[in-house]
Amino acid sequence: MQGSVLYNLGFATAICVACAIVVSSSAVSLRDRQLVNQALDMQRNVLVAAGLAAPDEALEAEEIEARFTPIRQVVIDVATGAATDADPATFDPRAAAADPATSRTAPPNNAGLNRVADRALVYELRDAGGALDLVVLPVHGLGLWGLLYGFVALDADLETIRGLTYYEHKETPGLGGEVDNPRWKGLWDGRKAFGPDGAPAIEVARGLAGPPADDPFRVDGLAGATMTSRGVTNMLRFWLDEEGFGPYLEALRADGGVMAGGA
Amino acid sequence: MTKPREALVDPLFNNNPIALQVLGICSALAVTTRMDTALVMSAAVVVVTMSSNFFVSALRHQIPTNIRIIVQLTIIASLVIVVDQVLKAYLFELSKQLTVFVGLIITNCIIMGRAEAYAMQNPPGMSLVDGLGNGLGYGAILMLTAFVRELFGSGSVFGTTVLPLASEGGWYTPNGLMVLSPAAFFIIGFLIWALRSWKTDQVEAE
Repeated sequence: MQGSVLYNLGFATAICVACAIVVSSSAVSLRDRQLVNQALDMQRNVLVAAGLAAPDEALEAEEIEARFTPIRQVVIDVATGAATDADPATFDPRAAAADPATSRTAPPNNAGLNRVADRALVYELRDAGGALDLVVLPVHGLGLWGLLYGFVALDADLETIRGLTYYEHKETPGLGGEVDNPRWKGLWDGRKAFGPDGAPAIEVARGLAGPPADDPFRVDGLAGATMTSRGVTNMLRFWLDEEGFGPYLEALRADGGVMAGGA
Repeated sequence: MTKPREALVDPLFNNNPIALQVLGICSALAVTTRMDTALVMSAAVVVVTMSSNFFVSALRHQIPTNIRIIVQLTIIASLVIVVDQVLKAYLFELSKQLTVFVGLIITNCIIMGRAEAYAMQNPPGMSLVDGLGNGLGYGAILMLTAFVRELFGSGSVFGTTVLPLASEGGWYTPNGLMVLSPAAFFIIGFLIWALRSWKTDQVEAE
């Protein structure tokens, strides 16, 4: 019996079915927990960029949610900067960027982007009177090994950077991977994103930069990671400019940062 | 017929999968920049080698000889996916750092090697012990390599600063080579050298 074609086929089928059941039941039963983890990780990074949590702070799920509660999530139309009525809870920026129906070919850029989504999920923190305290914008762009995904937080003046953080990247640990270094992230607080002419001027310097007061547009370069440093500069310049969040920031300025962003 | 103790202890030093058989090198380079990732990777490999050895051994009389490799691979791949899912659910931060390397356990020759060389000939209990021993042998080399790389590359052990870095006000200037993959080659090379100086019967004949 063993060794016959029929036996082999039967055995192979049985093994495949058994393995498929194991794999799919583990995937289905753990899925909820994984999605919760992903959402918490995203929220945590928004908090870090906004300066509401320290980069290396250990936070329980409840604590992350509690601190995240005052933050308002808005899905905006990137081209106009206006808020849309899309549900932030179900909006998936990466799926939107991959789907031809909800994205466009990226304008010429050196952030390594081929397609960009028509809509983006931004985070606004407002005080009780509705005045803007800060806004957290998602940014992504090419480093050395792949895309870096992160958040940049701008102060109510929509000019001063409050923080920058990356939640996903493939950079070399110890070199480009130092974008995760809490000390380096700390260097961003207080820098100015835009130059006197209103265009994005922030850059990661070669070598060292001065304190924010003397050297507002530059941040220390990452030693041994020229390509990653350049990637960070390029993606910030792209996303803060006209093709990125320019229209949205313009709309916020027109509001005087007071009115709620809509929807 | 080997004794359980030999099956467990032999792969640690006498017949180490990395140091003697030189298997599983790829992941040993990739996940050893920090000790916590190396530990999770070692644990994952221990779980997978143990359970794949167990299941392959339990089915060894039923598995048709001419499709045995693909059957082993199917079992291993399923186990690895389950481990990956569990890590994503319960150790999210570390699973983010391990990225593709958990999935690549499927192609780790140690696991397939043990299934083919040991589990196909031995009963499930002994195969389980053999899987544990080989997983631990892999883990031991991983942890030693990660210890050296993290200590000299980042000045820390398990994320706790031991050598205060010059960039953070200390005195130690980290060795940039240590965080790059070639460092793992050098360290594993030195480990093999040390092991073979101690156990001279591992030295291959000229």
